[in-house]
Amino acid sequence: MLKINDLRVALKEEDKQILKGVNLEVGAGEVHAVMGPNGSGKSTLSYVLSGKGGYQVTSGNATLEGADILDLEPEERAAAGLFLAFQYPVEIPGVGNMTFLRTAVNAQRKSRGEPELSAAEFLKEVRAKAKSLKIDAEMLKRPVNVGFSGGEKKRNEILQMAMLEPKMCILDETDSGLDVDAMKLVAEGVNALRSDGRSFLVITHYQRLLDHIKPDVVHIMAGGKIIKTGGPDLALEVETNGYADLLAEVA
Amino acid sequence: MAIVQAKYDSAEALIAANPAPGGVKWAIQAQAAAQARLREMGAPHRRDEYWKYTNPARLVAEIAQPAALFKADEERPFAEVDRLRLVFRDGVFDPEDSDPLELAGVEIEPLADVLQKDIHWAAMHYGQLEANGQNPVPRPMAALNTACANTGFVIRVTGKAAKPVSMVYLHRNETSDITIRHLIRLEEGTDFTLLENGPAAARLNKVMEVDIADGATFNHVRAQGRDHERQAATHMFARLGKESSFKSFTLTINGVLTRNEAVIEFTGDDAHATVAGACAGDGDFLHDDTVFITHDAVNCESRQVFKKVLRNGATGVFQGKILVQPGAQRTDGYQISQALLLDDDSTFLAKPELEIYADDVACSHGSTCGAIDETALFYLTSRGIPRTQAQDMLTLAFLGEAIDEIEDDAIADDIHARLEGWMERRHG
Ligand SMILES: Nc1ncnc2c1ncn2[C@@H]1O[C@H](COP(=O)(O)OP(=O)(O)O)[C@@H](O)[C@H]1O
Ligand SMILES: [Mg+2]
Repeated sequence: MLKINDLRVALKEEDKQILKGVNLEVGAGEVHAVMGPNGSGKSTLSYVLSGKGGYQVTSGNATLEGADILDLEPEERAAAGLFLAFQYPVEIPGVGNMTFLRTAVNAQRKSRGEPELSAAEFLKEVRAKAKSLKIDAEMLKRPVNVGFSGGEKKRNEILQMAMLEPKMCILDETDSGLDVDAMKLVAEGVNALRSDGRSFLVITHYQRLLDHIKPDVVHIMAGGKIIKTGGPDLALEVETNGYADLLAEVA
Repeated sequence: MAIVQAKYDSAEALIAANPAPGGVKWAIQAQAAAQARLREMGAPHRRDEYWKYTNPARLVAEIAQPAALFKADEERPFAEVDRLRLVFRDGVFDPEDSDPLELAGVEIEPLADVLQKDIHWAAMHYGQLEANGQNPVPRPMAALNTACANTGFVIRVTGKAAKPVSMVYLHRNETSDITIRHLIRLEEGTDFTLLENGPAAARLNKVMEVDIADGATFNHVRAQGRDHERQAATHMFARLGKESSFKSFTLTINGVLTRNEAVIEFTGDDAHATVAGACAGDGDFLHDDTVFITHDAVNCESRQVFKKVLRNGATGVFQGKILVQPGAQRTDGYQISQALLLDDDSTFLAKPELEIYADDVACSHGSTCGAIDETALFYLTSRGIPRTQAQDMLTLAFLGEAIDEIEDDAIADDIHARLEGWMERRHG
């Protein structure tokens, strides 16, 4: 599904290398977790994959289902099936959440040559999906993320993911700032989307999210590289021992 | 010295070129008094502090610069709103094309008729708000308007108006240079909505005086017409009585030069006024909002909300002042002016001012100027929305905060649709 090959990324504005050779391969239907200390480049990786400006790819590449994505515009990557649940969802005053969702869904359908959803079809679908994430009608009407609590913002990300039905979902610290109940809700939302054709890259600080979203593979990222890859046990190891030992191992 | 003389010479030239229409005694007196005011203050000059950002040369030029007619005729403006339609062609009222001047709760008379009536309520009011509004800053184009206007309506609202009055200002002659004047009085506890649409002429001088008695409500929405080369100087003078409400919104799309002044005075307690504007300019476009709000009563609230989207060398100007007089306690004054610059060639010039002589007052003002928010843009595009569409969404959202000031949803939707059209046309 997603293949990242020796990806090296620097900031455009200043001479600073952030990703220093990331290698990662997520197979179809798999769930991979990426853990690592703050500042190790996890968010940068998710931004570079989804096409945020300000970064310079100095070498390496990334493919989605075999096709290079790093030269595509963000909207083209989205249409190709990539989705990023933001660590910090963006507030957009003046744009209604519902309008935003419908515009996004229909833009993607259009770019894939599919007919647009009618207002009624869209409404039916969004209501059902919002309900299972405990997102009420009021939240759908409000401007995108404006005045949402931390938990509401994260649930809103999952709602977007559910509506857009991407192939490759990247979740950047979707669990941070959530209480246990909210985290369960989010995890249920993610699990409901798991399927053979859909893969997940779950970036997290804590093992606890992985109790709910069971990963197939766990990667540890530090200093802009994947320093260790293993099974679900690796997450437990980090939970008990912290990153110090792992960092010492590679140093 | 030379500048000063130029102002007076220019005022003389304006008076000579725009003779008073006359009428009965009070009308002649009002026109003469206005001419005297104009002579005393002189015509606007680019060296005047109040015209620092907007060169008035084209407004005072002896011969108006012609303006090509806009090809695509304006889709029927405010078509979704049940309204009384009054149509002007290059400043001439066209009764054939208009609805009859009959509306429950409202008396409507052409200004030209009223100027000929010895006994009329307008005799006491015509030019009064304009004259009051000349202090502390002179507004010569408004004085000129009083001195020469012969077209427009005199409107007295005596109840709750059955529906809005919609003035449609068609521009059919490339060289038309016109003056329009409305005088509106809302009696106590009445309610009236005025809609205005269209460029009116190649060059327009328009003044509206609105006197709002206690407990009355006035709503005003106008769209200034899409002709690219049109020029306009407009003034809106409003006086608010106790517990009254005034809300005015203006949409400006295109026009080479537009100066809109609003002069509002609170004379009764517990009243509310909103002046809002959205403008979109592309290319040779200068839009100037100049607002002066005087709080001279207790517990009144004023809001100024101005949003401008500019590209291709367009210029936006905002001069907004809140003056709180001694004793005007518990005044709440809010003012925001913002420009969204879609490229590096465009300019926004803002001069917000507060002058406060009371101590229990909450006044705030903010002015910002910036490009489209890249973070928001990335968020939208990352969901599959193409960049240009995402830009349009953010641009509309930006202007939407001014449109939100419109009271009526159907009217707000009409304005929204026009801005969407503007953006679509940019993508050709
Ligand atoms: N736009 C930026 N400007 C400056 N430094 C940045 C920028 N983006 C990322 N960094 C730096 O790159 C490193 C990795 O950041 P990030 O990807 O956010 O890490 P993580 O998500 O793993 O906490 C940090 O040292 C961070 O300060
Ligand atoms: Mg991060």
